[in-house]
Amino acid sequence: MKIRLLTRFVVIALLSTMGVACADFKPWVKPYERDNLADPIMSLSRNGFADTYMHHVYQAREGARGAEGGTGGGCGCN
Amino acid sequence: MPKVEREVVVVVTRVLKQAVSSRLTVRALSLCGALVGTLVASSFVSGATLPPDSVDLMYHNYDGGGMKINGPSLLVRKSIGPQVSVTGHHYVDSISAASVDVIASGASEYEEERTEMSGGVDFLYEKAILSAGYTNSSENDYEANTAYFGIAQDFFGDLTSLSLAYARGWDDVGKRDQDRSEFEEANRQNYKLGVTQVLTKNAIIGLDVDVITDEGKLENPYRSNRFIDPGDATNFLVQEENYPDTRTSTAFGLRGMYYLPYRASIKAEYRYFNDSWDIQSHTYDIAYSHAFQESWIFEVSYRLYTQDQAEFYSDLFPFANSQTHYGRDKELSTYDGTTIGFGVSYEIKQGVIPFVKRMQFSLQGDYLDYQYENFRDVTAEGSFLPGDEPLYQFDAWVTRTSLIVEF
Repeated sequence: MKIRLLTRFVVIALLSTMGVACADFKPWVKPYERDNLADPIMSLSRNGFADTYMHHVYQAREGARGAEGGTGGGCGCN
Repeated sequence: MPKVEREVVVVVTRVLKQAVSSRLTVRALSLCGALVGTLVASSFVSGATLPPDSVDLMYHNYDGGGMKINGPSLLVRKSIGPQVSVTGHHYVDSISAASVDVIASGASEYEEERTEMSGGVDFLYEKAILSAGYTNSSENDYEANTAYFGIAQDFFGDLTSLSLAYARGWDDVGKRDQDRSEFEEANRQNYKLGVTQVLTKNAIIGLDVDVITDEGKLENPYRSNRFIDPGDATNFLVQEENYPDTRTSTAFGLRGMYYLPYRASIKAEYRYFNDSWDIQSHTYDIAYSHAFQESWIFEVSYRLYTQDQAEFYSDLFPFANSQTHYGRDKELSTYDGTTIGFGVSYEIKQGVIPFVKRMQFSLQGDYLDYQYENFRDVTAEGSFLPGDEPLYQFDAWVTRTSLIVEF
């Protein structure tokens, strides 16, 4: 049941995102304003695999699992 | 910062987003491969830019609660043309175990090794990155295989990044002295959704949702639960664990980072977790990073984890087979865990070493402390009636030394 709900959520989110993404979107943070976001100090995984490793230290010792994140951050510049 | 240097930083940021495309598990006792399926989550890429060629070398060390685990990790990434990037990862856990679970079971300290190998490929198509990979984790009592597929894309002027992933795991579970043909299966499916959103020129947030389903042999075959001896109430007897054959869990993680007025950042995270075994947990994490001169970054962090027990957990059952499912695994109990972490990294930028675009050396240390509310230490010295033993607690040090080189 949870998986079905999640699937619906994902499909709706994807369709919505694709629809809006096709529009002429003006980003409110311009590429030249992303210096701070591009700084490594704003990375959620600055230390590469060493950061990922900690997630697994916790997974082995705690009942919870998943949604650790750890990737991403940064400026979204391409 | 000059434009060229800023562009390098942008690429570096992208690399770090993707350099974690490996799956590793750290194990307590011998049941560890079960985690592999959930680890693919870490391989999320973030859309539209393939990471540069790199080598990520790490040595890890865990010491606490009677467990010593250490070993190397080597992750190599290499591009093949402008649209394809492949990764290979080798990871080793060398384990020396004399934990409360081992001692309580009457076993003596043992040593063993787990080896994990994985390979993956990322394919860039316009603003999307398609990723696929395979992992094998092998040890003498657990074999885990996991395949995954993911897609990531940037939207809205690259202010939004959406990631989706699916992983499937096939594990074989047994005991060290058991023939492989007698091992039992545990299969796993993992659905993942991640969204990262740039809010302002100084703030970014991310949301992650994970749904994981397991089916098969989910007990740790080495662990047992205890019940009051019907012939002598001052004593207890033990029997094998009996968990449900299925488990479905959902986790929501929300995190944000903010760039402070000087070159520093603050990160806050919250995660809510629940599952079909009635385990519920909350995780709070906060970290502060501070730059010193151009190359140094110092970080301190604090993490709090709280958990409510599984519905079939008990430290001491009234009699044998007293309910349909029963377990005394301390990871199913009610407890809190805190972590205090610190780290330092030093970065060498492009132009200093020939052919090296960037190099980072880092040292990190974490102190973990777990306090259990209804799991008792049956190995405690002294004479106790069943159920009167002191509550269990342990602490541990985790250190990581890593070197990342990008070419």
